[in-house]
Amino acid sequence: MGKTIVEKIFSLSSGKDVYAGDIVVAKVDAAMAHDGTVLLAIEAFEDMGGKSVRDPSKIILVIDHVAPSSNEIFAKVHDAMRGFSHKYGAKIYDVGSGICHQLMVESGLVRPGSLIVGADSHTCTYGALGAFSTGIGSTEMAAVFMSGKLWFKVPETIRVEINGSAPPMVFPKDIILKVISIVGADGATYKAIEYCGETVKNMNIDGRLTLCNMAVEMGAKTGIIEPDEKTREYLISIGIRDYTSLKSDEDAEYSKRIRVNISDLEPMVACPHSVDNVKPLKDVEGKEVNQVFLGSCTNGRIEDLRVAAKILKGKKIKDDVRMIVIPASRSIYLQALREGLIETFIEAGCTICNPGCGPCAGAHQGILGPGEVCLSTSNRNFKGRMGSADAEIYLASPATAAVSALEGKITDPRRLFE
Amino acid sequence: MVIMGRVWKFGDNINTDLIIAGKYKLSITNIDDLSKHAMEALIPRFAEKVSRGDIIVAGKNFGCGSSREQAPLVLKHIGIGAVIAESFARIFYRNAINIGLPALECKEVHKISDGDTLEIDLASGTIKNTIKNEVYKVKPIPPALLEILTEGGLVSYVKKHGKLPW
Repeated sequence: MGKTIVEKIFSLSSGKDVYAGDIVVAKVDAAMAHDGTVLLAIEAFEDMGGKSVRDPSKIILVIDHVAPSSNEIFAKVHDAMRGFSHKYGAKIYDVGSGICHQLMVESGLVRPGSLIVGADSHTCTYGALGAFSTGIGSTEMAAVFMSGKLWFKVPETIRVEINGSAPPMVFPKDIILKVISIVGADGATYKAIEYCGETVKNMNIDGRLTLCNMAVEMGAKTGIIEPDEKTREYLISIGIRDYTSLKSDEDAEYSKRIRVNISDLEPMVACPHSVDNVKPLKDVEGKEVNQVFLGSCTNGRIEDLRVAAKILKGKKIKDDVRMIVIPASRSIYLQALREGLIETFIEAGCTICNPGCGPCAGAHQGILGPGEVCLSTSNRNFKGRMGSADAEIYLASPATAAVSALEGKITDPRRLFE
Repeated sequence: MVIMGRVWKFGDNINTDLIIAGKYKLSITNIDDLSKHAMEALIPRFAEKVSRGDIIVAGKNFGCGSSREQAPLVLKHIGIGAVIAESFARIFYRNAINIGLPALECKEVHKISDGDTLEIDLASGTIKNTIKNEVYKVKPIPPALLEILTEGGLVSYVKKHGKLPW
């Protein structure tokens, strides 16, 4: 019987011939934790009597959620991370490096065919390069630090085939919001989502990362895309030539097949307070916004900044609206600086913050007050996520974010052509 | 292991920010202080209202969202004896088992009302509603996970057995 790419990765990492439903103990190729989750992992590691880590080269710690620290408590968390890194030799990305998921990808820590765990739900992002990556908890992360292994149930896969070419001002974010509206917030729980089809084939790695990043918003264990020529080109650009390229077999079994044609897709928005509350933008157009956030592990990459800067060039954002721009990593920040994008943002009246998670996780750099409305390019609009439980968060593409900041209300980016 | 307590009933898609908001998780590391904010956006001062052994009953996709282990941790800390839901988000489920908070899948949650009293027998996988005098079936917890759970979580398991279960 044929295998999905996910079944092949678990067969490789467990050393057994496994299929969906099998429970395996698998070797982990990389384990990532950040300042929002690592303290519990370090405490559990110590509580379990951890004396050494299995392989320090496979442990990556990232300071991104409260970076730089906004309070004394997190200054101590960061200090504990540096201490753990020095004591056991784990790699650490310190304040200002960027968001964990972007760093894992651009630093070459993610390779096709590998199995990666992270103490963060959006670890599912790395499937964009053909890896199986998934979020786990802190205590089991401590167990991975100790043993280099973890148990998994090999998931069934939902195949999402996306075809058609995107109309102007329709971006990967609009596409994934459309997919989420079809699958629902729990439609893929315990399952993997494999994205395929001509749209995905033609999409660059930045866009694919956006698709895979939001797989968990459907409950999925991961989002994954077969590595192809575009993957190869990206990996070569960051110096990786040596990897295992796995693909799903023709006769692999899928639990479900979903087809989406995006040729007529419109800009989409996820409305408060759940990510699957997706509507065509026109249904909420005109809703006034107080804050616009461009950034996050979903949409803080160079393509996203380019799209937004092109719209903002030579214009000013609306009075009384703040637009916060956060490049997802230091290298993206530098690239944006060199391309003049940062200058464009500043001239338009945006606030640039250092690479990191920014306001998305609710720690700092744009916490919402009661009654405020935020349009964000991030991945979650849960009640209270970015501050007050009485605030509202709408999720949309970087283009929608930029044009909405100019108008001070949710605005269709296609109006730029009117 | 038998758990008995009053039911606190919630709906579908109770996410990790509702269980414990990021603004608290990213500013408070002390579990006593953090736990005061458990479920507060849904029920103000929930932590004070709960008695030891009380049971959360919810609909689909309980614990969706973030991987934060603080979510099951604060619930356990305020005294919640078990969470019963029609379905769980997968990371919350793993975390709950790993920290020793029973998480049980039950398709009959719609029959349970806020304020009911339940008796859960983990070994037999049954829930008795002592107010309505009904018995519900739960999806059995896989034996390997039940062992971690009955030891009080992964850390207690390792302390007792001197090794990881896998």
